Amino acid sequence: MFSNASNFVHDVDKAFLIILGISLFFLVLLTTIMIVFVVKYNRKKNIKAVQIKDSSLLELTWTTIPMILVLFMFYVGWEGFLPMRKAPKDAMEVNVIGRMWKWTFEYSGNKQSDTLVLPINKSVKLNLISKDVIHGLFIPAFRVKEDVVPGKNNYTWFIPGEIGEFDLLCSAYCGVSHSYMSAIVKIVTNDYYVKWLAALPVKKVEDNNEGYKLLEKNGCFSCHSTDGVKLVGPSFKGLYGSSIEVLTDGTKRTIIVDDDYIKTSIFDPNKDIAVDYNQGIMKSYKGLIKEKDVPVINEYLKTIKDK
Amino acid sequence: MMNNEIEYISYLKHKGKFKGLFSWIFATDHKRIALLYLYAIVTFFFVGAILGLMMRLELIAPGETIMKPQTYNGIFTVHGVIMIFMVVIPGLSAVFGNFFLPILIGAKDVAFPKLNLFSWWIFIFGSILAVASQFLKHGPPDTGWTFYAPYSTATGTNVIMATTAAFVLGFSSILTGLNFIVTVHRMKASGMKFFNMPLFPWSIYATAWIQLLATPIIGITLLMLIAERMFGIGFFNPDLGGDPLLFQHLFWIYSHPAVYIMILPAMGVITEIIPTFCQRKVYGYKAIAFSSIAIAAVGFLVWGHHMYTSGMSEEARWFFSLLTFIVAVPSAIKVFNWISTMYKGSIDVKPPFLYALAFIFLFMIGGLTGLLLGSVATNIQVHDTSFIVAHFHYIIFGGMGFAFFAAIHYWLPKMYGRMYNFKRANIAWGIIFVGFNLLYFPQFIIGIQGMPRRYFDYLPQFQTGHVISTIGGFILITGLILMVYNLILGVRKGAIAPANPWNGSTLEWQIPSPPSLENFDEAPVVKKNPYDYI
Repeated sequence: MFSNASNFVHDVDKAFLIILGISLFFLVLLTTIMIVFVVKYNRKKNIKAVQIKDSSLLELTWTTIPMILVLFMFYVGWEGFLPMRKAPKDAMEVNVIGRMWKWTFEYSGNKQSDTLVLPINKSVKLNLISKDVIHGLFIPAFRVKEDVVPGKNNYTWFIPGEIGEFDLLCSAYCGVSHSYMSAIVKIVTNDYYVKWLAALPVKKVEDNNEGYKLLEKNGCFSCHSTDGVKLVGPSFKGLYGSSIEVLTDGTKRTIIVDDDYIKTSIFDPNKDIAVDYNQGIMKSYKGLIKEKDVPVINEYLKTIKDK
Repeated sequence: MMNNEIEYISYLKHKGKFKGLFSWIFATDHKRIALLYLYAIVTFFFVGAILGLMMRLELIAPGETIMKPQTYNGIFTVHGVIMIFMVVIPGLSAVFGNFFLPILIGAKDVAFPKLNLFSWWIFIFGSILAVASQFLKHGPPDTGWTFYAPYSTATGTNVIMATTAAFVLGFSSILTGLNFIVTVHRMKASGMKFFNMPLFPWSIYATAWIQLLATPIIGITLLMLIAERMFGIGFFNPDLGGDPLLFQHLFWIYSHPAVYIMILPAMGVITEIIPTFCQRKVYGYKAIAFSSIAIAAVGFLVWGHHMYTSGMSEEARWFFSLLTFIVAVPSAIKVFNWISTMYKGSIDVKPPFLYALAFIFLFMIGGLTGLLLGSVATNIQVHDTSFIVAHFHYIIFGGMGFAFFAAIHYWLPKMYGRMYNFKRANIAWGIIFVGFNLLYFPQFIIGIQGMPRRYFDYLPQFQTGHVISTIGGFILITGLILMVYNLILGVRKGAIAPANPWNGSTLEWQIPSPPSLENFDEAPVVKKNPYDYI
C-alpha cells in the first residue's frame, strides 16, 4: 500500500491517511447535516422556528470528543516524525551545498557531484550547508524536507529503499531561479555506487588562484559561468576587455569592461545593467568583498579572456 | 424609535462642514469611514485578484508563458502584500466593524471618531507606499510577502519601500483596534452588558486585542530588517553575526495571530447571519463568545508551526504542534454551534445565508487541511508546497472573503437603504463557489505530490492540476464581477429597502435604513438578549 522509496514513507503516509480519514468523516457528516437541515427546515415547510435551549451536556460532548481526537492526531503525527531526527551514528555522510541556484553534493575524499548518487538500503545523513540565503531540500518521494539555513548546521537523513531516479527540489523561495534549483537523486546498488564514487574525480582547485577563490567564496559562479554559458548574469569568460552594451538609467551605451566597470558591477550592480539582463537581481557586495580584493578578481578574470 | 420622523436625515445625505468629496474624506462619522474603507479595499482586492490571475496564466503551462521569472516573483510578492496587509487584515474590521460595531452596541459612534478618520488616512498613505514600491527604480520587491531574511536583506529590489508600507499599515491596524476596545468598554447602550452583546461585536473585540498586542511586533521586525539593509546591522544575516531564524520567529509571532485578525470577524459575521435567516436564537451563545477569546489567546502561541522544517529544536516542534491541534477545538465548536442553530429553524435561503453556508463548507476544508499541516510528520511533506497555498486560500478567501461577501449582502440594505436583485446574486454565488473550488482544490492534490510553492516553472506531471486551477480562476473572476455589478446596480437603482428586510433581532434592524448621522434618535435601552425571536 505504501511505497518503499525511503524508510519514512510508511509512517508519514499512515499519519496522512489517519488524519485525512478523520477529517473527511467530519467534513461529510457536518456538510450532510447542514444540507439536511436547510432542506428540512426550509421556511416553505417550516414557517415557525422552534427555539431550542442550550444543552451543557451536548456542548461538553462536542468539546471533549474533538479534544481527544486532536490529541490523538497530534500523537500520530509526532510519532511519524520522531525517527526523522534520529540519524544512526554509522550513517554515511554527504554534505549538501545549496547556493543560488544550484545543489552540489560533496562526498568524502574531496569529491563532488551535481547528482546525489546513493547506495540502496544504507542510511545516509545529509549535512545541509547554505552558501547564501535559505534554501529547502525537498525530496517528495522520500517524504524528506529540511531547510538549508546559512550559519546553521541543519541535517536530515533517510534510508533509500528503491532503485531509481527521484526529483530533488528547492522548497524555500530563494530568488529568480528558485524553480530551476533542482537535482536528481539516483539510488543505485552498492556495487555501482562504489565504482561510481571511485570514478568521480577529486575536486580540482583552480590553480589556487586567489581571485577564483574570492569569486567561489562569494557564490558568484552560480550566476556567472566561466565557460561562456549564459546564466542569470553574463559569463565571465572573455568578459574582461570586451566591449559590451549596458543600460545606465535607461540609456543604452557601449563600454569596455575594465577595472572601473568591474568595480561598479560589484559594489553598485544596478547602475550599469548589461543589455538582455534584469535589473535588481544582483545585490551589492559592499562590505562582503573588500575594495582591495577587486584587483585580485580582475587578475583572475584576465586569465579567462579567451583570446 | 421613529417618533420624530420628520427630522430623520440619512447619514448619506447629511450635510456637514464640507461638501462633495471632502464631506467623505474628512468625515468622522463611523459609517462614512466604513464606506471609505469599503471602496479602497474593494479596489485593492481587484488589483490583487488581477495579479493572481496573471500568476495563474503564467502557470497554465510549464516554462515561460507570459512573463519572465523576475516579473513573476514580483507579482506574487505584490499579490501577497496587497491581499494580506491591505485587504484581509483591515477587511471586515475596518468596513463592517466600523459601520456596525457602534450600532450593534447602541452607540452613536466609536469612542474616538477623529482617530478613526486618522487611521483611514494612515491606511491610504501606507497603501500608496505599497503600490509605489512596484513602480519605482530597482523594480518590485521579490521576497514574497513574508520578507524572509537573509534573502530580503540581500536582494536589490524595493524591499525597504514595501516593508515601510507594511509598517505604516500596521499603525492603522493598531489604532483601529484601540478604538474598538475602548468603544466596547465605554460606549455600550444602557442595559447592554458583555453577555447580552451580539456576537459580531464580541469577535471584533477579541480581534482588536490581537491587533493592539501583536502588530507592534511586526513593526519592530520590519524596522530591524530595514536597519539591516541600510546600515548592515547584523540581526538576521549570519555573515554579520545574526540569525535568520530570529526573523522567522518574530515575523510569525505577529503573522500567525494575524490569521485570527482575519478570521475572527468573519466568524462573527456568520454568527449574525445564521440566527437571522433561521429565525432562531443562536445555539451556545457563551460557547461562541468564549471560543473567540480562546482562539485569540491560544492563537498567540502557535506561530512555530510555520517553521517545522527550519531546523528548530525537537522540543519546539513538539510544543507548537500540540498547541496547534488544541487551537482547532474552539473553531470546531463554532461550526457545531452554527449548524445546531439551523436545527428546527425556519430557514430562508437568501443570498447572505448562501454565502454563510459556503463559508462553513470552505472553512471546514481549510480547517481540516490545517490538521494535516499541524501534524509534524505530514507537514514535512506538504510544507512550502501548493498544498499550503490551497489551505490558506480556503481559510482566508473561502473564510474571510466569503464572510465579507455574506456581510455585504446582509448589510447592504442597511448601509445604502436599497436592495439588490436576489436572482442575480444567487447566480453570482454559484459561479463564485464553483470557480473557487476549481481554482484552489487541485492545488491540494499537486501539493501532496510535491509541487513547491512560489515556482515560476514546474515539472510536467503537475500540469493538469495547474490548468484546472487556471480555468477556475477565470470562472471565479467572472462570478466576482457579476456580484459586484449586481451590488452596484442595487445601490444605485435597487428597490427601497425597509428598515428590517430580514426580520433580524439585533439593534441595527431597529433603526431606519440607511441610519441617521447619530444612528439612534434617542439612546436605546437594551432589555433582552440579542437573538430572542419570539
